[in-house]
Order: sequence, then structure tokens, then C-alpha cells
Amino acid sequence: MKLLGLFNYWVFAVLLMIGLYALISKQNLVKKIMALAIFQSAVFLFFITMSRVDEGTAPIIQAGVANQIFSNPLPQVLILTAIVVGISTTALGLAIVVRLHEEYGTVEDDEILAMDRES
Amino acid sequence: MTMLLIGVFLLSLLVITAIAIVRSEDLFSAVMLSGIFSLLMALNFFLLDAADVALTEAAVGAGVATVLLLAGLRLIPPKEAPGRPLRALSVTVIAATALLMIYASFGQPTLGDPLAPTQQHIAPWYIEKTPELIDIPNIVTAVLSSFRGYDTLGEVFVVLTAGIGVMFLLGGGRGKPFSRLDSQAEQGLSGHLIPKVMARLLIPFILLFALFIQFHGEYSPGGGFQAGAIFVAGIILYSLVRGEGLALSVIPPRALLLMSAGGALLFGSVGVAGMLMGGNFLEYSVLAENPVIGQHIGIIVIELGVGLTVTGVLLSIFHAFAARD
Repeated sequence: MKLLGLFNYWVFAVLLMIGLYALISKQNLVKKIMALAIFQSAVFLFFITMSRVDEGTAPIIQAGVANQIFSNPLPQVLILTAIVVGISTTALGLAIVVRLHEEYGTVEDDEILAMDRES
Repeated sequence: MTMLLIGVFLLSLLVITAIAIVRSEDLFSAVMLSGIFSLLMALNFFLLDAADVALTEAAVGAGVATVLLLAGLRLIPPKEAPGRPLRALSVTVIAATALLMIYASFGQPTLGDPLAPTQQHIAPWYIEKTPELIDIPNIVTAVLSSFRGYDTLGEVFVVLTAGIGVMFLLGGGRGKPFSRLDSQAEQGLSGHLIPKVMARLLIPFILLFALFIQFHGEYSPGGGFQAGAIFVAGIILYSLVRGEGLALSVIPPRALLLMSAGGALLFGSVGVAGMLMGGNFLEYSVLAENPVIGQHIGIIVIELGVGLTVTGVLLSIFHAFAARD
């Protein structure tokens, strides 16, 4: 029971490392961007895990219900805005990849580096 | 207990999907898998009591992000270069770090522990004071737009900056209009009857739902960020089915620019208005005679600003990708 309560943290660790692994070992730039998104999602999961309180509900006050227990609203606020910022930065990264492809004709970073060395 | 097991099941699916994303060499299937990943993530957030976050992740991650990645994929090779073998060094480092973090997790409070340090500081204050100071039911909205308005203002400007960056790179500003729109060729799926009819039925409701999320965000899960993303999803559906040209005649590029910049400006000027009326920057209490009413006015206006900026930026980004040859 105690161990299952830590499962979220293990998934956080595994997802974070899957993202990091793909980020350093994949050559394809789009894959790198997706890896960054996985990495980022892992952090989101960590924050939202911390916000949960047993017997709690989503932090919305219902009229006429006394002594409600709420989950922590603060991590939720931080992650809510981070998700939208995340998509914007993903789009910016993708735009850079598209421009790189127009200049170099490839999106594999080892090929791009090789071309840079030749010139 | 049941909830815990459902959570474990969903989280396991999440890990499997993440591995599949990393392993698949076909970028198209990787993008589709990342849509599934986001949806699973949204379900997890919902299980963990974060209704607002789940709504955002479902709209942004599973909806808009997938479409943006697909639009980008159209411009680049769809396949990854043939795989290179696993690198022993990076696998070792990654595995060691993962094990270390799992080891460290044994010192963490378990899921839902009410005595965890996170639950002791400041959050109880927000929960206690929201009914008194702001008097809106959704505490997340209260914290987002009033207590921590500075954060939100900063994030709105980050979104705006990212949008400006994309338009610099791919075109779409006033000097560089979206390039492909002059062609008279039939665009989108307009030749296909079923998507067309379905979209015509769905789009009004999606847009209506976005407006509901926008203006009911104080009472139920929602707010400017989610509403913007859902609105954008509706318009993107329209442009997928009827072509970007028609979508841009509904909301022209100039209007998109005005929305992106105007939303951020609206947010900032509410802050300045607070200063002019004798309070601090982003202090809404001074906006009206009664401080609670002042908070309500401030929150509605800044949520509108957030919604406008998110809609404008995400739609501009979509059009910048979609109109590129």
C-alpha cells in the first residue's frame, strides 16, 4: 500500500529519463522536440502528484458544503500555465527545425553538423 | 484503493506510450502516439483532482499540439534516419539516474498524504482566504489570476514572444503575409462529404463551449488558457475541412496580430489601472468601490486578455506552419 503510493514518483523518474535518453541519443530534431515534451510532461506529473490530498476534491468551492477537503491549488496553477507555455515553445522549436530543413535539406543533427564542418 | 489501481494502470500505459514514441522510426506514428500520451496524461491529471489542468492538457496537448506537429511534419521528411545502436554510455547514465531517483522517492510522502510539507505552506491560506477576499468558487482561477497574477502575466508574455518568434521564422506578420493563400486550388478536405458535414455540426458547439469555458471559468474548471486552446481547436478544424483561405477570411491575419498583442496589453493595462487608482500593480481590489467586486472585474478582464492572446498566438502559429510551402 505504502509502495503503491510512491508509484507516481517512479513513473515520473522513468518518464523523465526516457525523455532525457531520447534527447541525447536521437539524431532526428523532431524526435528531440518530442523527447523534450515527454521530459516536460514528467515534470507536470510530479507537480500534480504533489498537489493531491487524500479524500480531497478539485479545488472548487461548492455552495452549502461545509468542511470540504481540497487538493492543493498552487501546483495546479503553475502547471496549467506551463502547459500552454510548453506548446508555444514546442512550436518555436518546430519552426526552427522547419527552417533548418529548408537550409540544409535534412533534420538529422549529425548530417547538419557534417555539412557545417565541410563548408 | 480502486482509484489508486486505475492510476497505476493509466501510468503504466503512459510509460509504454512514451517508449513507443521514442522507438518508432515513423514520425507520423510518433506524433499520433504523442497525442495519445497527452490524453493519458490528461486522464491522470483528472484522477489526481486537477480538473483545470486536465482540461488544459486535453485541449492543448492532445488537440492543438498534435495538429501543430502534423503541420510541421508536412514540411520535413516523414522518416527518421535508420536507427543507430543503443549507446552503452548514455543508457548506463540514464538507468543509474532513474534508479537514484526511485531510491530517493522512498523519502517522499506517499500520494495524497495530507501531512506532506507541500500541503502545509501557503496553500491552506489560499483555500481559506479565497471565499473572503475574492469570493469565486474556483480557487485555481483565483490563485491564477489574482494571488499570482504576476506569474500569469509573465507567462502570457512568454506565449506572445514564442508566437512572434514563429512568425519571424516562418512568416505571417504584417510584412510577410502567409504565403500560400493566393492559390485558388481546392484546399483542405472540402472534397470529402462526411468530414464536411461532421465539422459543420461540431464547430458551433466547440466554439460555444470555448466561450462557456472562458466566461464560466470562475465557477467551474476553465479560464482563458483552456478557452483559448479550445477556440483554436474549433477554428483549426474549420480550416482543415474548408481550407486555410476561408479560415483566414473568418479571422484575418491582422485580427490575429491584434488579438495576440491586444490580449497581453489588456492584461498589463489592468495592472497599470490598479496603480493609477491607488493600489499596487495588478491589485484588483481598488478597481471598484467594493474590493470583492473589484477582484471580480479584474479577473474577468485579465482572463479575457489571456484568452485573446492564447487564441491569437496559437492560431497564428498554426497558419504560419500550414501556409508554408
